[in-house]
Amino acid sequence: MAVEKNNNGLQLLGFWVSPFAQRCHIALAEKGLSYESLEQDLSNKSELLLRANPVHKKIPVLLHGGRPICESLVILQYLDEAFPEASALLPSDPGARAHARFWAGFVDTKVFECGVRLWKRKAGSEPQVQARKEMVEALRTLDAELGDKPFLAGEAFGFVDVAVVPFAAWLVSYGRLGEFDVEEVCPRLVAWAERCGERESVAKSIHPPEKVWEFVGFLKNKLGDK
Amino acid sequence: MAGDKASSCGALVLLNCFVSPFGNRVRIALKRKGLPYEEKSENLAAKSQLLLSSNPVHGGKVPVLLVGDKPVCESLVILEFIDEAFPGTGEQLLPAAPCARAHARFWASYVDTKLPGCAVRVWRSPKGASAVEEGKKDMVAVLKTLEAELGGKPYFAGDALGYVDVALVPFAPWFLTYERFGGFSVAAECPAIAAWAERCVKENELVATSLPEPEQVFQFVCAMRKAFGLD
Repeated sequence: MAVEKNNNGLQLLGFWVSPFAQRCHIALAEKGLSYESLEQDLSNKSELLLRANPVHKKIPVLLHGGRPICESLVILQYLDEAFPEASALLPSDPGARAHARFWAGFVDTKVFECGVRLWKRKAGSEPQVQARKEMVEALRTLDAELGDKPFLAGEAFGFVDVAVVPFAAWLVSYGRLGEFDVEEVCPRLVAWAERCGERESVAKSIHPPEKVWEFVGFLKNKLGDK
Repeated sequence: MAGDKASSCGALVLLNCFVSPFGNRVRIALKRKGLPYEEKSENLAAKSQLLLSSNPVHGGKVPVLLVGDKPVCESLVILEFIDEAFPGTGEQLLPAAPCARAHARFWASYVDTKLPGCAVRVWRSPKGASAVEEGKKDMVAVLKTLEAELGGKPYFAGDALGYVDVALVPFAPWFLTYERFGGFSVAAECPAIAAWAERCVKENELVATSLPEPEQVFQFVCAMRKAFGLD
């Protein structure tokens, strides 16, 4: 079909290990939308990336007919709105949508940001120890939110699951950096991560935890406090 | 009718602190939609049980919008909820086209991820701390970026107040506080932003009635600094 032949005019500027880019890969796959994946070299940013996201110079960026959409959660909502015929990520009920947005935001502000402090700050230093406490609390909170549901979104895989699952591959790294037992802190989340990993969209988008750990080592070396 | 829809959704109660830019976004959005609501004022030094139990994940941060007995937390989440739960009432805050919506969400998110971080360094640091100057420099850069996005438009949304305007304007009463602690002038650094802030208040009564006076914010912050022993 003509639409699929030109990939719906969709291109995704991403970086292999970025959980934010992975959210977009998973969303596009869940929605059955074909697209061109353009892996970026973040140590030598392309003209395309710098023009597409001049404000943040970050990936992911979705280009639709050449027009850039930046910020992963903005991209996810854009995909739902621009492709309403493809299966929706967000639920239709306004209260449920608010709930989904709240928890997606929680991961960004409480898990990811904390995770950066975990690898960046010197192991055992006061800020790093503080980050360990906060990470444990954040993961326990997410675990409690999941509860006995099969997915964060409820009975079926949805927006919040797409937003959170790329971080599942970081749990091993968080546990090692934070010196805590992931299985003890968030057992339900661990089981959920395995369940999500059985989905094709997730399996082909995220990398094994050990690969992430290798990457964290690289980050610590390059950008971490000495 | 706005009243009927609101009561079928459950009565709207806003838990807020009068100086909170985040809470005041919700005031503006509710007024713009013409939705009746009750506001409960919170003392952030002694949070109510209602607030703590409504937003346990974030330790009782304001704002919380109670819809009947169901809490909605996080100001931008609340703004989108207001649009979506009351579609036939008043005007939508976000534009209709997906591309324009993405653009609005991007800039509101920019305000949230960039502005409060610098602001806190400017007004909440111990006297003489280097963080104040760094915070001020970063804040000026953020405001200049926002100014570039505003361009020659009267409002971020174009001809009238929209999502990004509502996201940013509640920080305007805080400019005086930032200026006094940071030692700079918003009008001098970003004249278009200063003019936009004035326009928002002058041309939109619901903005004027939703925001505290800059001097009130300054007094509030001075009292906070004293309580934290920062001076």
